[in-house]
Amino acid sequence: MTRSQIEIQAIAALAAAACALPGVFLVLRRMSLMCDAISHVVLLGIVVMFFVVGDLSSPLLTVGAAITGVLTVVLVEALTRTNLVKRDAAIGIVFPLLFSLGVILVSRHAGDVHLDTDAVLLGELAWAPFNRVSINGHDLGPRGLWSMGAVLVVNIALLLAFYKELKLATFDAGLAASLGLAPAVVHYGLMTVVSITAVEAFDVAGSILVVALMIAPAAAAWLVTDRLDHMLYVAVAMGVVGALGGYWAAHWMDASIAGCIATVLGLLFGITFLLAPSRGLVSLAWRRRQQKLSFAGTMLTIHLLHHEDMPEAEKENRIAHLGEHLRWGDHFAMTVVRNAEREGLVSRSDDGKLNLTSDGRSHALEVVAQ
Amino acid sequence: MLSLLNHTTVTIALGAAILGAVSGSLGSFAVLRRQSLVGDAISHAALPGLVAAYILTGAKSSLVLLTGAAVAGLLGMLIVMLISNTSRVKFDSALGLVLSVFFGLGLVLLTWIQKKPEAAMAGLDRFLFGQAAALLRRDVWMFACVAAVVFSLLAAFWKEFKILAFDRDYGVSLGMPMRSLDIILTGLVTVAIVLGLQTVGVVLMSAMIVAPAAAARQWTNRLGRMVLLAGLFGAGSGVAGAVASTAIQRLPTGPTIVLIAGFVVLVSVTAAPRRGLIAEALRRRHNRQKLRLDAVLCDLFELESQHELATPHGHTAQAIQAMSFGEGPVDKTLAELESRDLAARFGSERWTLTGKGRQRVERMIHKLESGNRHEE
Repeated sequence: MTRSQIEIQAIAALAAAACALPGVFLVLRRMSLMCDAISHVVLLGIVVMFFVVGDLSSPLLTVGAAITGVLTVVLVEALTRTNLVKRDAAIGIVFPLLFSLGVILVSRHAGDVHLDTDAVLLGELAWAPFNRVSINGHDLGPRGLWSMGAVLVVNIALLLAFYKELKLATFDAGLAASLGLAPAVVHYGLMTVVSITAVEAFDVAGSILVVALMIAPAAAAWLVTDRLDHMLYVAVAMGVVGALGGYWAAHWMDASIAGCIATVLGLLFGITFLLAPSRGLVSLAWRRRQQKLSFAGTMLTIHLLHHEDMPEAEKENRIAHLGEHLRWGDHFAMTVVRNAEREGLVSRSDDGKLNLTSDGRSHALEVVAQ
Repeated sequence: MLSLLNHTTVTIALGAAILGAVSGSLGSFAVLRRQSLVGDAISHAALPGLVAAYILTGAKSSLVLLTGAAVAGLLGMLIVMLISNTSRVKFDSALGLVLSVFFGLGLVLLTWIQKKPEAAMAGLDRFLFGQAAALLRRDVWMFACVAAVVFSLLAAFWKEFKILAFDRDYGVSLGMPMRSLDIILTGLVTVAIVLGLQTVGVVLMSAMIVAPAAAARQWTNRLGRMVLLAGLFGAGSGVAGAVASTAIQRLPTGPTIVLIAGFVVLVSVTAAPRRGLIAEALRRRHNRQKLRLDAVLCDLFELESQHELATPHGHTAQAIQAMSFGEGPVDKTLAELESRDLAARFGSERWTLTGKGRQRVERMIHKLESGNRHEE
């Protein structure tokens, strides 16, 4: 690995970890699309700040972008509080509007500014190592490494300091308010963190990747665990794996790094969605099938109990006859009987007649008694 | 004026009008179902479809590319539905996930084909920001055909879509295929968005779904009128934006349309009768005044009942003021009561109830008492 390859991976991993932390709370608080909105309006902040300071490399551009992010949140909340527009619609009105303003400003002054809207929105991680920090001629490494590292440290510090408040305001806003924790403060604080994280991450990776980095690891982590602290760990790990995997995929295909990271994160979510223990689609389907079989097994024992020692038992208690009484297909009946045999509820005599075992009889009696 | 009416302007304005009408009326359902941001997700999710269609067919005709975009957009929405229906991950997270992952995939495909020598695909710029100036008369005809299909499907499934928007579970209990209807409606929205992509671009297309519908919602409580109004608002914003951007140099069409649509929302939220902020403030003021009048009236009645009714008498404004402790000065209220013939001056300093005022207080007391009896 060359030095710049290592640097790109380090920046991507730091960005992934920094984004995953606030992302967990966005997903839990159903505010996921706020980060989408924030990541779009950043354009306006950058453009306006550029007109103020006239320098594209000024750190004030980032400040402007973060302020527009918070402004978006304030506008969305104000519009929602009128009760005339639901929050989702408010988001859908506010951010395209601010984004439009940004685009109009750029194209009105296209001659005076060289602002590449593509680069702002898409970002290019591959260039990150060229933007370096140096003091007195000493090279201190890429700027992205420092900025993402700083954001990560701040996010971790804030998380540790306000963990209890965040947890309570997220899971029980009413209780948090009654204890005097001011959910509104938590809300705006979180949104400010999201804004700053998005702006910094976006500087290196582009707006769409920010959305993927915030939401995909958190959503996947939520499918794996029920504990907030575990969810944070899993989300960070998933984000870092996605960032590194995406980098190598991009390297291998010679394609956009940001795009590959987003795609790999999507794949990771997809795998989790299908295979997560107890909440994955496969495990849900398996459990549903087991419940169906176990219910059918109980039905079978009751049916057998009902006809046991009766003259018609000879005819009724056979697999071929189950379809008529329990409305089972032949194949399903066979599966149920095999399953019941395995569980020791039912036995088959050589001529194909079904008999209850003593276990099966007590099971059936127990259910009937209920 | 001549320059405003030239051929290109008319084409662009017509195209924008049709687009606005379709997205506005379909957007009404998305807004009512609190799924306003589907437009955002679909428009981003369309990118890989667009690029894949180009890679597979090499075609540059917009119909093939748009079909690819529509397929990807719809696929994205189906995944959103699958995730939000079968897991604890909510609709908004599923939307964000699908939009970013699909868009990322689109970027991968795009950078991949740009490495190939024959890659001459229209830039990503056009997809992101749209290019209304590139609209041809042929495109407008296509818009019109699609609009005709969309509106006839909307009319055909009107009742079903209405139930889907307001009470999905009721539809399920009636045995309606709500899931299929959901997919059909989402499919229509996808078609509208994909059409708009090349004109106003990804981000702005999502605004065309939300803004006209949110504005229309303020003016009416009936779905039919809302859909109609949203269509009109969308079409109006489209035409106004197209004309403005031709009249003023370096004013891009798509963002201008969105700005105008946003302005329509602002006007609707403030000025709409009944729901609007101004109407709400007036109503609140009116209620407050009515409560104040009634309170002073009751105070007068209370003072009066402490004396012999037979002998006419009055009470000073100070006495009344003392009774409404913590409220503002009563002089204005008394003057208002006088002008409504509910209270009258008694001498120069004092006030008394008129017969009409007394009747009104008695009616209030009666109402309160019967209300209390009711509760018992």
